[in-house]
Amino acid sequence: MTDMTTTYVDLAPSRAEKFRQRVLPMILFALALAVIPLFGPSRSTLTLLNHMGINIVFALSFNMLLGRAGMLSFGHAVYLGLGGYFCVHVMNWIAADTGIWGAVPIFTMPAFGFGAGALAGAVIGWPSCRRAGTPFAMISLGVAELVAAAGFMFDSLFGGEMGISADRMGGPEFLGLSLGPLNEVYWYIAFWTFVGVVGTYAFTRTPLGKLSEATRDNPERVEFVGYNPQRVRYLVFIFAGAFAGMAGGMSAVQDEIFTPENLSLVPSGAILIAAYVGGIRYFTGPIMGAIVMTYMGSNLSDYTAGWLLYLGLMFVGVVMFVPDGIAGVVYGTWDVLRSGRLNEVAAGWAIRLLGLALMAVSTITLVEVAFRWSDGYGEVFEPFGLELAHGSPLTWVVIVLPFVIGALLLRRVARSESEVTS
Amino acid sequence: MRSTRTAVLAAAVSAIAVTAAHADTIKMAFIDPLSGAMASSGEPALQSFMLAAEHINANGGVNGDDIEIVGYDNKVSPKESLVQLQKAIDSGARYIIQGNGSSVASAIIEAVNKHNARNPGEEVIFFNYAAVTPAFTNEACSFWHFRFDAHTDMKMNAITDWVAKRDDIKKVYIIGQDYVHGEAVAAAAVSQLKEKRPDIEIVGNELHPLAKVKDFTPYVQKIISSGADAVITGNWGQDMTLLVKAAADAGQKIPYLTFYGGSNGAVAALGEGAVDTLYQVSEGVTNLEASDEQYAMIEEYKERFPQYDYYYDRAFTTLQMFDAAAEKAGSVEPIAVANAMEGLEVDAAYGPATMRAEDHQLQQNLFVTTVAKDVKYGVDNTDLGWRLVDGGKISAEAASTPTTCQMERPE
Amino acid sequence: METVVFAVLNGVIYGLLLFMLSSGLTLIFSMMGVLNFAHASFYMLGAYFAYTLMEGSNFWIALFIAPVLVGLAGMVVERYGLRKVHARGHVAELLFTFGLAYLIDEVVKIFWGRTAVNYKVPELLDFPLFTLYGAQYPAYRIFILLVAILMLVALWYLLRRTRAGLIIQAALTHPHMVGHLGHNVPMIFMMVFGAGCALAGLAGVIGGNYFITDPAMAVQMGPIVFVVVVVGGLGSLEGAFIAAMIIGLLQTSAVSINASLADIFGFLGLAGTSEVGGITIASMAPMLPFLLLVVVLMVRPTGLMGDREV
Repeated sequence: MTDMTTTYVDLAPSRAEKFRQRVLPMILFALALAVIPLFGPSRSTLTLLNHMGINIVFALSFNMLLGRAGMLSFGHAVYLGLGGYFCVHVMNWIAADTGIWGAVPIFTMPAFGFGAGALAGAVIGWPSCRRAGTPFAMISLGVAELVAAAGFMFDSLFGGEMGISADRMGGPEFLGLSLGPLNEVYWYIAFWTFVGVVGTYAFTRTPLGKLSEATRDNPERVEFVGYNPQRVRYLVFIFAGAFAGMAGGMSAVQDEIFTPENLSLVPSGAILIAAYVGGIRYFTGPIMGAIVMTYMGSNLSDYTAGWLLYLGLMFVGVVMFVPDGIAGVVYGTWDVLRSGRLNEVAAGWAIRLLGLALMAVSTITLVEVAFRWSDGYGEVFEPFGLELAHGSPLTWVVIVLPFVIGALLLRRVARSESEVTS
Repeated sequence: MRSTRTAVLAAAVSAIAVTAAHADTIKMAFIDPLSGAMASSGEPALQSFMLAAEHINANGGVNGDDIEIVGYDNKVSPKESLVQLQKAIDSGARYIIQGNGSSVASAIIEAVNKHNARNPGEEVIFFNYAAVTPAFTNEACSFWHFRFDAHTDMKMNAITDWVAKRDDIKKVYIIGQDYVHGEAVAAAAVSQLKEKRPDIEIVGNELHPLAKVKDFTPYVQKIISSGADAVITGNWGQDMTLLVKAAADAGQKIPYLTFYGGSNGAVAALGEGAVDTLYQVSEGVTNLEASDEQYAMIEEYKERFPQYDYYYDRAFTTLQMFDAAAEKAGSVEPIAVANAMEGLEVDAAYGPATMRAEDHQLQQNLFVTTVAKDVKYGVDNTDLGWRLVDGGKISAEAASTPTTCQMERPE
Repeated sequence: METVVFAVLNGVIYGLLLFMLSSGLTLIFSMMGVLNFAHASFYMLGAYFAYTLMEGSNFWIALFIAPVLVGLAGMVVERYGLRKVHARGHVAELLFTFGLAYLIDEVVKIFWGRTAVNYKVPELLDFPLFTLYGAQYPAYRIFILLVAILMLVALWYLLRRTRAGLIIQAALTHPHMVGHLGHNVPMIFMMVFGAGCALAGLAGVIGGNYFITDPAMAVQMGPIVFVVVVVGGLGSLEGAFIAAMIIGLLQTSAVSINASLADIFGFLGLAGTSEVGGITIASMAPMLPFLLLVVVLMVRPTGLMGDREV
């Protein structure tokens, strides 16, 4: 080295950087998972947390396709469903103590789901991964429709409409967890969520993970380098199916039931929305999206009948204005804070926040008033003691005025920012 | 949804029952679709339960306590239902009400069984008002589950009883959705018809995929060329409406005997094509002979909830029976109420209703009705409504079916 | 014989209705590369608009006004929504329309309720036209047939015989070249998007009372329309027409085949009592389009008549 005349600048991250960027977040994540039970969450909170864990792994596996490899799938729930169904069957074999199954702990279910998901991915992916882009998206849609229909046709495999149930309390105990009470299930889900997050992250570091990104950006060049993009896509697809199946295994233990509905387009669409809202360009994006969307999906309906509309508005809003999703906003903010440019942008941010808040007030009023008007029970939307009937002029002032002001503010900020950058 | 609905009801309750200073509220969780496309079946049921609770509370409550019905939106997903069930139990609800979808009901039965086994002392009871898979009160029966709607086989019993009385029906066509429910309906129809009227020829027995067929004309054509005098179908939703619509368009005027003809919007979608074509079997329709209080209730419902019609009579029966059982037990504890409910008989709006102890299946009169003009109460805000057909009243005994239930009871 | 006649008649009508829906989508898809997920939602809007217009006026006015309103709605969506997302590529556009479909569904529920509305066939057409093998044939179906054929001819004339059509055709295959020639391509895009939505709206007006007008109609029709467009091939109206006809005929005729898989594959030892053997062709009919989609895309990714890969 010392004899060389040219010295290369070492661009590789240093050990400390590696630790800070890769290992530390994982340790923090594990700590967070371990600390949560100390707050004594109620059973419904635990149920919600468990579903979040399942959806985190599911969303990450989905993002292996969309975010990393650029493959838009409308039928990713098929792999979660098939993996989960297999696990439910395994759980029933364990309960029946047939053959060697009696010795298998329920705790290992996600591993079985992983295998089943990988198999499903290998079988279905073989024909569908030959195409990328829109044909792939359309094939995934067609496959999802076919599989969901088959779910209703083959009762012995899928249990018909009522699905197949199992009991998570069978088989030998593992790590002293009977898996009966929900707090024990929490540990199970936390463990496998961690495995899933580490596993999907590790995948992005493998040559295959890197190649999948290259295939997304420029398949032709990948071919020049000597790799077959079809093959890359196929392998990524298998892994994505496997991790989805793993989420299915987690779900089989948490909910103890799988129904054909789990295979349909509805959960596939939901995970697509979750991953995208979270931010598909970041590894952590789908995690954030899964947490937010699971919470909203289960709890927003307690507060408003219009929750689906809010969800739709949010999704369209993200697609139109925040393409990097929640993660993009979080990291963008973080970058600014860290680089100490806060005072430069603070004014713009404040105006933007104010504008957004005003538009939110207007939108919420409009939606709430509209839903009450549509129900026709004569209910009146009364935020903070304000009576906002659909006919009263005040209502329309509250709807129109903030919207116009908010829109103008946002526009101004956007203009002045584009002037700065140009 | 939950907060707004209860707020409205709270206002209404305080207006009616100002006198009562009730000690407690009995929380009942209503878990069904309250948003999205399926809300049209969840919402009217929730409103029926709320209205029924309101009237019970106004009349002194249950042993002096008020019933509070809280809606939880399950988006018709079995998994989401489990989340909502957990929320309901954590908020102190010991009674769960659900009905839309046998998949959801099955998930809830399983979950309630497991919850009660894993958390003794915190038992919850499940009142099923509409999930009609026979298994729930047969091989899969549970002490914690009570069903207030007649199941598929019982409804089919009513249909075949009526068909058996009609000598002009010689050929029957059976069509259904290709999944458990459709298959069960077809099997029940075939075996019961064979027993009651061996001379009836079953000229077609067909399953089509669930909620995927847009144009039923080819099926109707098959029915017409089979020369059928009546059609039996377990179809619901679009599949039911489109089937009957295609039949009406083809000018076919034979009875289409359905389970779900009365569901929201079906008559509106069919218009006059439904007259004398669309038949349904149910535990009661608004145009039956009834007491003045019942008529008042029907009118109150329509006035309060103009989007929907009085349809879920069994919601009122459910709470009436709960009230009676709690009074009999002198307690609102789930196990005591469950035990008191076994074998209990109440006078419901359209005849006596008995909760059979062996399988927790309500035994009640069933009625075969059809769409007609010139009726007291129209449905779907049209002038068409449901009218009892000749010989359409099937007594509870006739509709009843034996059970294979081997119930495990808590000590 | 009678089954064949009915299957063909109904298959053709259903196919034409599908074509009406998918012609607009094909135009949009081939020109902008966007598979408009909300296309079936515009079809639904057409039906609901017509229903509301009919309350105040009559069917014939609704038949003309409703599609125009839907077209305008489509233009607004293109101008203020899709165009903003365009720069971010096809996936973003696809997702935008995906979200838009959600929104339209919810808004329709607010305005028209969650259950079906009583959107009737106009009285003038509400009579049986003729009786065929014992079944009456409603005149309205023949009306659908006529409207669809009229639209087909008009579309063909517009695209093949007018200057505007020439530009659109050019923009279908070579959008950049058309832009270089000085045409306002964004404007063309907006017009085509509006026109495509209007066609969907027209299909909604005449299809809404033929089927049922309820908030689920978009979700029910959506996937099938994609199948038609993708199977037909990108940039090819002829392909869409052929695909629509194939799917229309396939779906209506397959339901009248009672043979089960066991009857067909019996020689392989498949028993009629087994679960797979017991499935009949009729019960698989509505799944056939999706099977067709998967097979066609695997074998011929350009679609039946397309010249570019999807």
